[in-house]
Amino acid sequence: MLSIKKLKVSIENNLILKGLNLEIKNGEVHAIMGPNGSGKSTLASVIAGNDNYKIESGSISFFGKNINNFSPDERAMMGIFLAFQYPVEIPGVSTINFIKTALNRIREFNKKKPLDAVGFLNTMKKKMNLVKIDRDLLSRSINEGFSGGEKKRNEIFQMAMLEPKLSILDETDSGLDIDALKIVSNGVNKLRTKDNSTIVVTHYQRLLDYIIPDYVHVLIDGKIVKSGNKDLALELENKGYDWL
Amino acid sequence: MSEESKIIKEFTSKEYEHGWSVNLEADEAPIGINDDIIKFISKKKEEPRWLLEWRLEAFQIFKKMEEPDWANLNYPKIDFQKIKYYSAPKQKKSPKSLNDVDPELIKTFNRLGISLNEQKKLTGVAVDAVIDSVSVATTFKDKLLELGIIFCSFSEAVKEHPKLVKKYLGTVIPRNDNYFSALNSAVFTDGSFCYIPKGIRCPMELSTYFRINAANTGQFERTLIIAEDSSYVSYLEGCTAPMRDENQLHAAVVEIFAAKNAEVKYSTVQNWYPGDENGKGGIYNFVTKRGICFGNNSKISWTQVETGSAVTWKYPSCILKGDNSVGEFYSVAVTNNYQQADTGSKMIHIGKNSKSKIISKGISAGFSQNSYRGQVKIMKRAKNSRNFSQCDSLLLGNKCGAHTFPYIDVENKSSLVEHEATTSKIGEDQIFYCLQRGIDEENAIALIVNGYAKEVLKQLPMEFSVEAQKLLSLTLEGSVG
Ligand SMILES: Nc1ncnc2c1ncn2[C@@H]1O[C@H](COP(=O)(O)OP(=O)(O)OP(=O)(O)O)[C@@H](O)[C@H]1O
Ligand SMILES: [Mg+2]
Repeated sequence: MLSIKKLKVSIENNLILKGLNLEIKNGEVHAIMGPNGSGKSTLASVIAGNDNYKIESGSISFFGKNINNFSPDERAMMGIFLAFQYPVEIPGVSTINFIKTALNRIREFNKKKPLDAVGFLNTMKKKMNLVKIDRDLLSRSINEGFSGGEKKRNEIFQMAMLEPKLSILDETDSGLDIDALKIVSNGVNKLRTKDNSTIVVTHYQRLLDYIIPDYVHVLIDGKIVKSGNKDLALELENKGYDWL
Repeated sequence: MSEESKIIKEFTSKEYEHGWSVNLEADEAPIGINDDIIKFISKKKEEPRWLLEWRLEAFQIFKKMEEPDWANLNYPKIDFQKIKYYSAPKQKKSPKSLNDVDPELIKTFNRLGISLNEQKKLTGVAVDAVIDSVSVATTFKDKLLELGIIFCSFSEAVKEHPKLVKKYLGTVIPRNDNYFSALNSAVFTDGSFCYIPKGIRCPMELSTYFRINAANTGQFERTLIIAEDSSYVSYLEGCTAPMRDENQLHAAVVEIFAAKNAEVKYSTVQNWYPGDENGKGGIYNFVTKRGICFGNNSKISWTQVETGSAVTWKYPSCILKGDNSVGEFYSVAVTNNYQQADTGSKMIHIGKNSKSKIISKGISAGFSQNSYRGQVKIMKRAKNSRNFSQCDSLLLGNKCGAHTFPYIDVENKSSLVEHEATTSKIGEDQIFYCLQRGIDEENAIALIVNGYAKEVLKQLPMEFSVEAQKLLSLTLEGSVG
């Protein structure tokens, strides 16, 4: 599904990713861990197409297509979803209206008819149940005045609505209480199919008890320095990053 | 951005939807302004003597005044001798009913999405259609009259209801109020007149649609709304003009009178031709709008969505004379390319416990300049009065400007004035967030901007609100990226 080769990325002339390789196949869950500032969010942003970052060399392919020059909305329509580490607030735009606009554009891209009001509401109800999000929250402006946990939950709700092929969860667990963590992980697991894949960026092994990864990668200073299975996460929890 | 969306963007960014004009045979005054032209206009309108004299006096006042230069606007001096002050589409006879209206004119308005057919049209809105210097049709007149509501063109009101016109004309905005009100008083041609009798809630929206068609012609409309005790009316105003390389002048005067317990809601979607993307052409829009809350507990609410015009100079105001009276001003002003807007409101508190609210949302893009100018004055006897003003500016890009000029003057200690102002740039992170969900850039900006302006847009009646949202997006198309 996703193939990243020798990727070098800079922002404002600082090289952040320094030759990164990553292969993700259909249905896999990959966890990415690493110290603060090592480039995890940068990687997530670059996959999503944020043009504040400059690709110096290397390639990102999605289903065999080089997407280096694709705009963020094209990538989103192709099925790439990013649950932001810091979801932004958009005053005056209701969450429901926002998701509806997004969903219908993605459907159009996939040559599906737009959902009518009833169809949309039904889908919404199902997905709301999945991540246990409040209807009231969705009537409010996107993320405006949401608590940290509510914002994260809203990200996962949007993911559930848009049914992406590749989801990138950037520290979705930070700021969630234990119950919310379980609910959100449960939601993510329920949305797993043999076709869609997930990248989980996290600092805590705890999340990986719920969302069990096929692979764990350690990102340090813009490179993946070690990969392994879920035991690697436990090892990191005990030993930190210094031994690498 | 893909090649395809680039092409679409280029294609759509230039479009001013209403930029066409039709060839209408016109009855016109010679170019320029002098006593004879004013007599010509007055004669065309078959006006009584007093009104002609009123106009001629206004012209004397105008000649002694100077064009104001305090606004944050930059445009060449207007040559008032190069403007045509009267142009009326020739109609075979003056229409007695809608059936007599020239089909060519009906077609013109149909093309603008304004139906003058009472059967077809949603029954919720009555329309007065004004083209250049004359009103060509007013719908639902008879139905409204059954309730005692008078809704007709200004010219007709002068003929049919001279006492009312004489009693109120120029009382809220005297001729010498300012340069453009003096000019308008001398040469005004047509506009709408509404009278809501005591205790009547007007059952439909009243609206006037203004269209400039003829070249080199100024439009000087005059509107007068009178709401008697405990009455209510919601009034809408829309406008468009053809694309022309020359600038055209529009100088209107709108007066509102609200008696005790009356409420008037006045909404405008201003979409005059803004000029091209290099700032060539476009309407100079110099408008004086003012309402007086004359009686106790009366209320006047202005809502405006300003997207058009090359230059806008406009400060819809309220004089809160009655005790407990309420004045409101909700505004969204969008400027793109080389447009300039200097707009805001004045709230003059005279009555006790009077309240006013100003919500202004400026949005600037391209090379445009967008200024809020507002005055809140609380007089000594206006005890326990309140004003809340919020003036927000949103910048798209870094070549445009946003400015705020608040003037506050409170003459008693029991009153309270609050003023809040913010300036922000449209967030790249907000746009990226939308893009990441699959929403394209144009729609992302439209969503964010409409969200920003929501507090104002929600004041508009439904049909207008949808149109206004589309207009906001259209105006800003191609302004980012
Ligand atoms: N606009 C910028 N200008 C300069 N440096 C930047 C900019 N944005 C990010 N960086 C730097 O890029 C590096 C990688 O940041 P990134 O957000 O990808 O780290 P991270 O691994 O996600 O960290 P965390 O675990 O704290 O979320 C950091 O050193 C950061 O300071
Ligand atoms: Mg991060």
